[in-house]
Amino acid sequence: MKRIISVILSAVCVFSCFLLSGCGEKNNNALVYYLNFKPESAAVYEELAKKYEQEKGVKVKVVTAAANTYEQTLKSEIAKTDAPTIFQVNGPIGYEAWKDYCLDIKDSKFYSYLSDKSLAIKDDNGVYAVPYVVEGYGIIYNNAIMDKYFALKNRQSKINSMGEIKSFEALKTVVEDMTKHKKELGIDGVFASTSLSSGEDWRWQTHLLNIPLYYEYKKSEQDPTLSLLDAKEIAFKYEKNFKNIFDLYIENSVTSKTLLGSKSVADSMAEFALGKAAMVQNGNWAWSQISGVEGNTVKAENIKMLPIFTGIDGEEKQGICIGTENYLAINKNASEEKRKASLEFLDWLFSSETGKKYVTEKLGFISPFNTFKVGERPNDPLASEIDRYLKDDATETVPWIFTAFPSENFKKEVGSGLLDYVQGQADWDALKKTIIDKWKSERG
Amino acid sequence: MKAVKRYFPIFVMPTLIAFLIAFAVPFCLGLFLSFTEFRTVTDARFVGLENYIKIFTSDETFLNSLWFTVKFAVTTVVTINLFAFLLALLLTRNIFGTRLFRTVFFMPNLIGGIVLGYIWQLIINGVLFRFNYSITSDAQFGFWGLVILMNWQMIGYMMIIYIAGLSNVSTDVLEAAKVDGAGALTTLFKVTIPSVMPSITICLFLTITNAFKLFDQNLALTAGAPGGRTRMMALDIYETFYGSTGAEGIGQAKSVIFFLLVAAVSLTQLMLTRRKEVES
Repeated sequence: MKRIISVILSAVCVFSCFLLSGCGEKNNNALVYYLNFKPESAAVYEELAKKYEQEKGVKVKVVTAAANTYEQTLKSEIAKTDAPTIFQVNGPIGYEAWKDYCLDIKDSKFYSYLSDKSLAIKDDNGVYAVPYVVEGYGIIYNNAIMDKYFALKNRQSKINSMGEIKSFEALKTVVEDMTKHKKELGIDGVFASTSLSSGEDWRWQTHLLNIPLYYEYKKSEQDPTLSLLDAKEIAFKYEKNFKNIFDLYIENSVTSKTLLGSKSVADSMAEFALGKAAMVQNGNWAWSQISGVEGNTVKAENIKMLPIFTGIDGEEKQGICIGTENYLAINKNASEEKRKASLEFLDWLFSSETGKKYVTEKLGFISPFNTFKVGERPNDPLASEIDRYLKDDATETVPWIFTAFPSENFKKEVGSGLLDYVQGQADWDALKKTIIDKWKSERG
Repeated sequence: MKAVKRYFPIFVMPTLIAFLIAFAVPFCLGLFLSFTEFRTVTDARFVGLENYIKIFTSDETFLNSLWFTVKFAVTTVVTINLFAFLLALLLTRNIFGTRLFRTVFFMPNLIGGIVLGYIWQLIINGVLFRFNYSITSDAQFGFWGLVILMNWQMIGYMMIIYIAGLSNVSTDVLEAAKVDGAGALTTLFKVTIPSVMPSITICLFLTITNAFKLFDQNLALTAGAPGGRTRMMALDIYETFYGSTGAEGIGQAKSVIFFLLVAAVSLTQLMLTRRKEVES
């Protein structure tokens, strides 16, 4: 009896081993493995994969990394036998880290579609990563509240419309006067919360810091991003300007300074959507967040974007910040067949009718490819604002040079330095020192 | 006997394979990787002791988090064991509803660390907001927040272990003490505590190791804010590993040091308390 039982048990054991390994193999026949960076588009990519398999008969496997865990996921996935064939790097720094895995795609169709070839990441004579989406950020404002303010009889500022705000001085005057009249305007503060809780501070330590550093490297001979990439040290010449705008945000905020450390980006987008704040610094990706807030009072036609003015000479010609940190690369170590299939998939996604429709309508991307015609743009209010600034010849957009910031740790330290400053545990000079020192040590 | 020998592989193999895959191999690989510079675990380049040197020369965060962790460990080990033991004493008397209370006190242990962290963040912020503070306003808030959280989570578990120990104290000895005229306190310190020494060993071991390797709760409650001053060692290792490019080896070296430290502390503790255990 015992014997029979043990035979059965071992049979079950052996059988389950086969079963497990069998399951593992099933997924292996996907030729294209796309490791997706944007959790908000996970469902769309799944749908795309199905569509592609229907049309072309090639199986695409899509895995989405949870928010803020792309590096971790990529690190473990790429070491596997069944590694991602298409993955994302976040700019020149990301490329440095993954360059042993990036295939040279200078002869691919996918790269040939790129309208502005200078946007791609190049090394020696090769092209290793290509951006697939262009994004922009600035100060998003609710025009309905602004109109209400400009209609106030007892306002003190001499500025009569948003069009007249072309400098930090003007912005400051309006914002401070609005704070005085916040009861009449029905807002809790002009700016939505300056979210500084951990992982929620990227709007300041990355996006806002982009502006002073851009001006510091603007006049250099080569491209500012490349000079910043070479910079072993920064002078942080425009720290006063960084302070100007940051102070304006926190002094005229919905939330009192001591509580900012517990606010998230979602909190501040909700404040904006509910009409509690008139302005918020963020980018076009925030549209889905604004429109998704329950009971939101902001109408799409009232959502506009203003450049982030900091009081630097010549800023009346400054536009919003437009650039990308989303670059696609092909895994060099994948088999020839898989690499080819992956490039074909990207080619299909960004040039076929079905693919393009998904990109503009479902993913909501402004694509930097010449395969997209004028009408083929997402039509949400923030994307149209980016279009407006791109077409405006009077202003010059600010590129995203933060892709050359030394590391995640650098940004994190800047973020906690800002929090210390806001909470009064450190003064501005300490923060300035942190930024300069951390740059040096993280680059070194 | 013969049969046992013959079927030995069948019974041991599954566990052995699981042990090798999930523990032995990653451990050895981790040890090896701490001497290398690597991006993914398959492309390591040997650099010798460089990573270890860097931890103590160019990285002040490790020592800061070590100090914070030690403070935290000392505080929680004392408070958790004290409260758990007192609760156990209380709930081994014949009071109405002891079973219900035991269950209630044990329940927090069933909730995962991340969830607990966020729940306590809400509670603590809810209180601090009234005074215009948040948990990140001061490192002290984060520290005590973590202490409260850990107490809330661990007391029930330790209490159960102490209850098991207390109900095994022989009534003969207790009665003998009573006959000899020992007071309640004397009985507690001279009879009860020495008899539950095995439970104390286990509880101290669990609380010390848990305090040192705390991660989820720390990540969810403060994530090191403000300024990394509430960052414990496990979180520091995690952030080193994923935060800066090319620092994976340093993170790995930190975790080797971390392992040695936790092993040394807990083994010393085991040795010390084992000596005090008595046969009753």
